[in-house]
Amino acid sequence: MDPQNMQDMRSPLARAIGLGSAREGVGSWWAQRVSAVALAPLTLWFVASIIANSGSDYATFIVWLRTPLTAVLMILLLIALFYHAALGLQVVIEDYVHSTTKFAAVIAVRLGCSALVTAGVVAVLRITFSG
Amino acid sequence: MVPSPTTSRSRPLSPNVQIYRPQLTSVLSILNRITGILLSASAVALVVWLVAAAGGPRTYAPVQAAISSWMGRIVLFGATFAFFLHLCGGIRHLVWDTVHGFELRSIYISGWVVVAASVVLTFAAWIASASMGG
Repeated sequence: MDPQNMQDMRSPLARAIGLGSAREGVGSWWAQRVSAVALAPLTLWFVASIIANSGSDYATFIVWLRTPLTAVLMILLLIALFYHAALGLQVVIEDYVHSTTKFAAVIAVRLGCSALVTAGVVAVLRITFSG
Repeated sequence: MVPSPTTSRSRPLSPNVQIYRPQLTSVLSILNRITGILLSASAVALVVWLVAAAGGPRTYAPVQAAISSWMGRIVLFGATFAFFLHLCGGIRHLVWDTVHGFELRSIYISGWVVVAASVVLTFAAWIASASMGG
């Protein structure tokens, strides 16, 4: 039997299994939820801290940012935030952008988020460990 | 005639979203996406803010000026509301993920709770900020 005929004899279910979202979608879905759970306390901490620092000048703000707890939470926030953003933006792109633009847009979002999280973490470390 | 299991049938298509009357459920659904995109843009601003702060007082000054300006405050207020709407909407989604609250009545109650909580939290945050001297 030639390969063409063997393909025809497979049932629709056999052809569908292992394709598309059945393969990797659950991983992204789960990661979106886990990062969301991490972001809830981290973002609330961030908003509360910004409120507490409302009247602060540059020096006071840097003193706050340099404390180890702030640095750790800020880095965790950046990682969870850009991970969550990359996953969410990818879903939006996959829903509305089609053709080859989709591939380029998803790659751009991933690379952009990686660059931004790196820049953010380096900035926090620079503030924490400088002088 | 029984359709062959190996041939593809043309299936009914869902009507376009424009012909539906906007409802709380659909409006909150699309707002969760829109606020997610807006908050991604705010995340870029967060990195700009941190990088400027790491550069010293001279690089931080223009960012501080932008934050203190009226335009900056309006944008920040919008970002605060987008944040609380996305947070509350996200918590609603996490509850749904546990297969709870899917009755139509529960969906509308939780929807209005999300709207009310987001408005209250946004104003509470800005009142708290103003009382701290911002």
